Amino acid sequence: MTASNSPLSSPAAQRPAPAADPYALAGGSRFDFDVITAWVAEGARVLDLGCGDGSLLKHLRAARRVRGYGVEIAPAQVTACIRNGINVIQTDLERGLAGFEDDFFDHVIMSLSLQTVHHTEQMLREMLRVGREAVVSIPNFGYHQNRAAIAAGRMPVSDYLPYQWYDSPNVRFFTIADFEALCDKLGIAVRERRAFAAGQPVADDPNLNADVALYRLGRLNWAV
Amino acid sequence: MSTTTPQSPAAPAATAPGSVGVVTPQKAVFDAPITLSAGVTLPRFELVYETYGTLNATASNAVLVCHALSGSHHVAGVYADDPKSLGWWDNLVGPGKPLDTDKFFVVGVNNLGGCYGSTGPMSTNPATGKPYGADFPVVTVEDWVEAQARLADRLGIGTWAAVVGGSLGGMQALHWTVAHPERVRHALVIASAPQLSTQNIAFNEVARQAILTDPDFHGGHYYEHGVVPVRGLRLARMVGHITYLSDDQMGEKFGRELKNGELQYSYDAEFQIESYLRYQGDKFTRYFDANTYLITTKALDYFDPARNCGGDLRAALAPAKAGFLVVSFTTDWRFSPERSREIVYALVHNDRDVTYAEVDCNFGHDSFLLDDPQYHDVVRAYVDNIAV
Repeated sequence: MTASNSPLSSPAAQRPAPAADPYALAGGSRFDFDVITAWVAEGARVLDLGCGDGSLLKHLRAARRVRGYGVEIAPAQVTACIRNGINVIQTDLERGLAGFEDDFFDHVIMSLSLQTVHHTEQMLREMLRVGREAVVSIPNFGYHQNRAAIAAGRMPVSDYLPYQWYDSPNVRFFTIADFEALCDKLGIAVRERRAFAAGQPVADDPNLNADVALYRLGRLNWAV
Repeated sequence: MSTTTPQSPAAPAATAPGSVGVVTPQKAVFDAPITLSAGVTLPRFELVYETYGTLNATASNAVLVCHALSGSHHVAGVYADDPKSLGWWDNLVGPGKPLDTDKFFVVGVNNLGGCYGSTGPMSTNPATGKPYGADFPVVTVEDWVEAQARLADRLGIGTWAAVVGGSLGGMQALHWTVAHPERVRHALVIASAPQLSTQNIAFNEVARQAILTDPDFHGGHYYEHGVVPVRGLRLARMVGHITYLSDDQMGEKFGRELKNGELQYSYDAEFQIESYLRYQGDKFTRYFDANTYLITTKALDYFDPARNCGGDLRAALAPAKAGFLVVSFTTDWRFSPERSREIVYALVHNDRDVTYAEVDCNFGHDSFLLDDPQYHDVVRAYVDNIAV
């Protein structure tokens, strides 16, 4: 979890985020912001689920003049959003997105939070109900270092998985291959995928070599 | 809705850090007639108000605080002759407080129909030379906002930096944004709702019936009889009070504790909660007017901006241009978070700037009067970003 992406619905939400921002690159930029910014249209309507302190929306507002709302449950993050001048709606994502209308948003973003949500399928369907496109980033449990940890007999702990098994806000443990299989099952089109390891793009066998993946998703064969 | 007195400060209130100090109410007299929703025209009216802080040269720092059911213009500070007379939102308003009077010029106003000096049932009816009593018309949230707009004109305030209110006050803030969209830059709608629920109206009706059926009510003209419908008003307040608190909080505070340690098998106040409610009810009758209570509960019942839009709140809020902060409290079962979310999603539909905080606070509806840290942090963070 990064400082701007809080775990949802978890007691761990209150604890300080790890000092290191796994997304941070030298020079202070964040590669995930760059990828997402490239995918978001100028002036788009954006919903950022698990928006943390609102820094992604702030970035998108500056770079793409988006109109956006964040959704966040952790009180400290909600206050941080308000300080950042970001529209934030305090709610528990497990409740779904019932208040939002079909097709209202151009992009619904969920950065490194899907693994903390119990109702994964419902969440993805809801994202693509209220948004014409979804942007999802996931930590890849299939990353070779994670596999090595398991092979050595312990659950992985890393930049993207900075928790012990007993205090993790993560409730779903899946790989790039798992995620894409689910998208396939749900009729979700993977329009684009970018995979990274330690902030560097990964082209070869992402399921083994990437620690995080970002997806641009759309509806393949279903209508809202 | 109620005006629970904030926690008594240890230091003398007027000199306590963050206090606006000693304040003096003022009165504005309006000789131009005002026609109310009920169709009645008042030839003239008066509003009592207080101000805190200093209006800046461009009048860009003015904040209106709208009061709830039993509130008044006395939002912050104390009166010189009564050190216990702390304003009802003193914990929120003052130098360095969330609504910082070093930055903002804060205005509190007693609504039309009130019993704290503004024109209301106790005022003299120019047509009869006697107090209006029951002849004072029912006033609505819309009427209040219209009267407040005239006060703004009088004070030289073209546009409020913010209009702020909790409960019924939040309804006024909401109405301001659609009635005068150009005159409100931000609205803080706290522990409020777009309309009362059926259950809420039911509670109000119990309260009103308690007053209306009191033998001392005299059709609302009790002033002429030198009496007050104390029993009815007391009951009305008791039932109201219950709804403003949470079950958990009452349980924690009073439990099933007995006053005398053992059952008396009588109708005296045996449980502490009975004693508390009787005390609160009695206290209320000493400072609040029964006719004003009736009028104000009707104003609550009537408020429904969606009414003229076929029940579509989204359409009703379309004219609003303000940025919004909507706050609810998890244990508020009278104005539940669900009701606040209706406002939020209607505003999202209209692409409005809106932030919503759902504060985990244990004190039911009255939470909006207390100084819960998250609640105050949220308000502070929001208003800090308001340019003046």
